[in-house]
Amino acid sequence: MRTIEELLAEAPAFGGMKREHLAFIAGCAQNRTFTSGQYLMREGDPADTFWVIRHGRVGMEIFVPQRGEVTIETIDDGDLLGWSWLVPPYRCHLDARALGNVHTVAFDAVCLRGKTDEDPVLGYELMRRFIPVIVERLQATRVRMLDVYGHVSSS
Amino acid sequence: MSTLADPMLPSSYVVTDKRQDLEDTWTLELEPAGGDGVGEFRPGQFSMLYAFGAGEVPISASSIAVDGPLVHTIRAVGATTRAICACEPGDQVGVRGPFGNSWPLEEARGGDVVVVAGGIGLAPLRAAIHHLIDNRDDYRAAVLLYGARSPDEMLFFSELQGWREAGIDIKYTVDTATGEWDGRVGLVTKLIPIAGFQGSRTTAMVCGPEVMMRFVSTALQDRGVPTDRIHVSLERNMKCAVGHCGRCQLAHRFVCKDGPVFPVGRIGTLLGVREL
Repeated sequence: MRTIEELLAEAPAFGGMKREHLAFIAGCAQNRTFTSGQYLMREGDPADTFWVIRHGRVGMEIFVPQRGEVTIETIDDGDLLGWSWLVPPYRCHLDARALGNVHTVAFDAVCLRGKTDEDPVLGYELMRRFIPVIVERLQATRVRMLDVYGHVSSS
Repeated sequence: MSTLADPMLPSSYVVTDKRQDLEDTWTLELEPAGGDGVGEFRPGQFSMLYAFGAGEVPISASSIAVDGPLVHTIRAVGATTRAICACEPGDQVGVRGPFGNSWPLEEARGGDVVVVAGGIGLAPLRAAIHHLIDNRDDYRAAVLLYGARSPDEMLFFSELQGWREAGIDIKYTVDTATGEWDGRVGLVTKLIPIAGFQGSRTTAMVCGPEVMMRFVSTALQDRGVPTDRIHVSLERNMKCAVGHCGRCQLAHRFVCKDGPVFPVGRIGTLLGVREL
């Protein structure tokens, strides 16, 4: 059975990370499995965990009255889930629900936050890995706001 | 054959079958009302469909079976397309064509093929997908990446499983979803990094809203697909369809005559020119 450190080294988000940093963040992590329909996080919850999805699909949802749960994005194998732990007030902004069985590595974000305050190099390293994910998802959200498939020239 | 005799003269076709694909989208099968009708289509070519009394619009063929009917899939978004979609079996429409160039299926032989479609953009690519299936051994990887607005707006959804069984590697995503949908939600560009193809030997065929094609083109280049092998199908206000009227002019090219399929390497900078 592979260690968490080995699993993390294979995750795109942590590829190329220094061994000492990898070993440290692995110490704040554990394997967690979710069954279909189970929530990884709920809107308003304290953002004290983030995940690397090892296998499976997670729906990022917002509950809209009269419409129900609206899935605004799905997260798949290798993806990072959760960045609210980086930003005060450290509160989840969305629901995240397993769409099938999901295997993850779950991180104790409170533990990591404390460590990154003490070790700015590790903090910078983590930021370098989270910011591209945030930018990519922000850009994707912007493009989807254009509703490109909904607007066509009329003739 | 109208293209040889007079490309401006429509041939009369009768609607022989009609199927509703989506709330606002129908597929019509057309047969000549008399005579030979127009010439044979290649995947990616379009015809000018004429709803008598309403107007004429360019529509790509969505299936081109030899000796089969002429098949068009049309989204009702304006007066003319609404009139065409309102046609019932037995009604007649005018057809001119086939016009324009086609998807580079011959050039792509021996390599990987990635088809990227967005929304109704799957219709002009459907004939190319049929070709890949019919000639599956001539290509290495054959990948379809499809993005739609919502699960209810996925075109030809019932056909995807058959295409998959015929050897097409299919991944799809929607912009938003509700209810029981357990597929992907996100931009179609998100599928490109995880698709199984080797960029340097890939030919890409892309059709959808122009802004989507811009982003797809960038993502394909990031995967190593050369710009002269990323082909996009452009849509402009085509009227004559033979390069006379100039309405579909894109710099020094006419979309109707020189396209509608262009390699990004040849027109990429033009896509960023707002005046065009």
